[in-house]
Amino acid sequence: MEHATNEHGHVEHASVRTYLGVAAALGIITAVEVMVFYIEALHPVLVPILLTLSAAKFVLVVGFFMHLKYDARLFRGLFVGPLAVAIAIILAMLALYGVFTGGGAPGA
Amino acid sequence: MAATETAARPASGTGTREGTYAGGLVSWLTTVDHKRIGIMYAVFAFSFFLLGGLEALLIRLQLGSPENTLIDPDLYNQLFTMHGTTMVFLAIMPLSAAFFNFMVPLQIGARDVAFPRLNAFSLWVFVLGALFLNASFLFGGAPDAGWFGYANLTSTQYSPGMRIDFWVLGLQILGVSSIAAALNFIVTIINLRAPGMSLMRMPLFTWMTFVTSFLLILAFPAITVGLVLLMFDRTFGTSFFNPAAGGDVLLWQHLFWIFGHPEVYILLLPSLGIISEVIPTFSRKPLFGYPFVVYSGILIAFLGFGVWAHHMFAVGLGPIANTVFSATTMLIAIPTGVKIFNWIATMWGGSLRFKTPLYFAVGFIAMFIIGGLSGIMHSSAASDLQQTDSYFVVAHIHYVLFGGVMFALFSGIYYWFPKITGKMLSEGIGKLHFWLMLLAFNLTFFPQHLLGLHGMPRRTFTYQEGLGFEAMNLMSTVGSLVLGFSILIFLWNVVVSLRKGAKAGPDPWGGATLEWAIASPPPHYNFRRLPRVHSRDPLWAEGGLDVAVNDPEAPEPHMPSPSLWPFILAVGIIVAATGGLTHSVPLALAGAAVVVASTYGWAFQPLER
Amino acid sequence: MTDDAAATAEGHYTSTGLPNRKLLMWTFIGSECMLFGSLIMTYLVYRGRSITGPYPEELLNIPFITVTTFVLLMSSLMMVLALAAVQRNDMRQGKLWLLMTALLGTVFLGGQVYEFSHFLHEGLGLSTNLFGASFYLLTGTHGAHVFVGVLWLLSLFVLAVRGRLDARHAETVEITGLYWHFVDVVWIVLFTLIYLLVS
Repeated sequence: MEHATNEHGHVEHASVRTYLGVAAALGIITAVEVMVFYIEALHPVLVPILLTLSAAKFVLVVGFFMHLKYDARLFRGLFVGPLAVAIAIILAMLALYGVFTGGGAPGA
Repeated sequence: MAATETAARPASGTGTREGTYAGGLVSWLTTVDHKRIGIMYAVFAFSFFLLGGLEALLIRLQLGSPENTLIDPDLYNQLFTMHGTTMVFLAIMPLSAAFFNFMVPLQIGARDVAFPRLNAFSLWVFVLGALFLNASFLFGGAPDAGWFGYANLTSTQYSPGMRIDFWVLGLQILGVSSIAAALNFIVTIINLRAPGMSLMRMPLFTWMTFVTSFLLILAFPAITVGLVLLMFDRTFGTSFFNPAAGGDVLLWQHLFWIFGHPEVYILLLPSLGIISEVIPTFSRKPLFGYPFVVYSGILIAFLGFGVWAHHMFAVGLGPIANTVFSATTMLIAIPTGVKIFNWIATMWGGSLRFKTPLYFAVGFIAMFIIGGLSGIMHSSAASDLQQTDSYFVVAHIHYVLFGGVMFALFSGIYYWFPKITGKMLSEGIGKLHFWLMLLAFNLTFFPQHLLGLHGMPRRTFTYQEGLGFEAMNLMSTVGSLVLGFSILIFLWNVVVSLRKGAKAGPDPWGGATLEWAIASPPPHYNFRRLPRVHSRDPLWAEGGLDVAVNDPEAPEPHMPSPSLWPFILAVGIIVAATGGLTHSVPLALAGAAVVVASTYGWAFQPLER
Repeated sequence: MTDDAAATAEGHYTSTGLPNRKLLMWTFIGSECMLFGSLIMTYLVYRGRSITGPYPEELLNIPFITVTTFVLLMSSLMMVLALAAVQRNDMRQGKLWLLMTALLGTVFLGGQVYEFSHFLHEGLGLSTNLFGASFYLLTGTHGAHVFVGVLWLLSLFVLAVRGRLDARHAETVEITGLYWHFVDVVWIVLFTLIYLLVS
């Protein structure tokens, strides 16, 4: 069943040029990530830099390739909600396991 | 407005010739009709409820006197494990699913769910998974490490043999069923609502189904991962839960309860939805504070993800963790309380009709409050250190899950039985059932609060004389026998009423929601014409429905055709699981092949033929 | 491919105007966030707790995995090109890009197989230590998802070759794409957490 459009008019599409641009950005960001990994001086701030860069790639793929930027907001909600729950639980578990305080495992 | 009832005449392709539920085995195996699927869920769920009840009776008989030798410790472990597992996964959840299936499409004014074959698939995976799990009794013994299977009791070292493997695989299979169903209902509720039915005009039962479905898809993956870790430990020798290799047994507990706490809300929320329908109907008054009831349901679900470690207060997480989880647990009492006030306010000033569904609904409120109060006592980490792992917890669980959820499910059964079967359940027998059950339930479980506070631990097969546990245990055992008897009274009601009960019209209770606009039982297409709603209680609106939903002049809708693929795919999963269980690679591959082949068969079979 | 919603005499009415199957896939992806989230959490919690080696620092080959990561990222590009082609009914390009997506996915899988066998050779088995267990489980689950995706893509390719896939089925290709991109996105996270943030 073809439902490429919604009842309010047609859905915007990113152009092929945009896709190529996004792909190039993904490649470049990956290269930067790897470079940062090998630069000793940056190691104290490695974690925030890498998390930010991979978050950027994440957003690019989800937003453009998965079309979420142009699609109905409902899809955004269906994705972001569970994602937020998953991230919150991961962070809570890391806290419980002392990853943020450099402590030992509880009950280990 | 001609709201004439049409005789239920199925169109070709549904596999039935006369009546709505007639048809041989094949028609039931291949049906994709949500109503028939709902009935099958109910029949299987209730059968497992009886099985779980039998397991409970055996437990109670063993505990009726000190140092009893009726049941040996090994069988006892299997009984309490399977009682819990059966009641949670094979009885309550599928009973709720029965109502989701039968009622939600009717309540939103739809002809079926969004994915009818996926719906059938969920059913068959549940049925076959439940049989798989119970087959363990015949092949070396049932799982025996408790319904929450704590590591590393469940390791091969301490649990040799196949018992835990049955449990691990069985639960994963059931998880597939639940997730598939939840996905289906989410799309159904988002997308198949009748014109004019905004989210804030949906019936409360549909709302709670919606929220529960999100809980299901977010909570089950956590236990799936836990079960996979356990399966790998047992099958491939990994050390996820092996302390000697650096593994942490608490990781199991975290993963289990990250699932397990939302799971109790999965068990509860549908019942809250039922009560929110029954009380307005029998008060002849719209639900008081509808938005608050909706938002509190959503809040309960959301907060439910943040309390899991209150099941772990005694494992040594430390004061900060304990405090945080205590606080979040106490918070959850608030939205729950909001609902209770709204129900009472609905009845206040209403024109109450004391029919059996209302009895069970009011019974639910009373029993659930007691269960909630013992729950609040648990929320304090300090007092929980005394209560945890004692009979106090057992009392709490049963007050909320039996006094709460089961009473609400019975309320739903009495409420919707006429719609489903076209017959009224006997009021006389119903009230007998209610009073007997209420009395017996309290006799069974109230003493358990005291037993727990006096120090009787849970999951022990006996206790010594002279500890002061005798009288309470005896009371509890006697209560459980009467409780069992009250269930038989209910079954008698069902049998008698199906045979000779009064015929039910479309709307025996004067209900407000769309399911009461069509015949009892409904024609296979539900609505001849799709309704249009303009308010929250469409049947109570001035002039009723403005669309003739039963108009025989409207063309008979064409419904999806039956399909065997969902059943075959389910069989493939069980075969693969059996291969996993017996470590037979050929069997596992055969099962996988059936799964792949039937996926393609299903995908290439048109929905309507 | 098949339809979804139950037939109505009034046509395929939906409350939101959005396709059922697309809603299903996004909801499923939400569930998968929790699945991979739990696996990731297990990996992170056990990081640095292996009592015996081999340890990740010794084994993880960043340059190699960077290449396979790049391959998977580019497969997502192939996928959107495939969708764009199918949407404008250019089935020649549609077939090409579908095949390319599957091919790059297979190359990625080949890289995983190579990596796994190399690690095995170096003494890291599933039951060797916590790193082995959690690494193989996490990346293996991801790989299994890629494998399913490749089968799915090849099925679409075969349909297209037989002339049974065209612009009328763009929604199906779109939904396939959603699955494929999600699997790619999970890898973006895994690449960072497992390989780049190795300690």
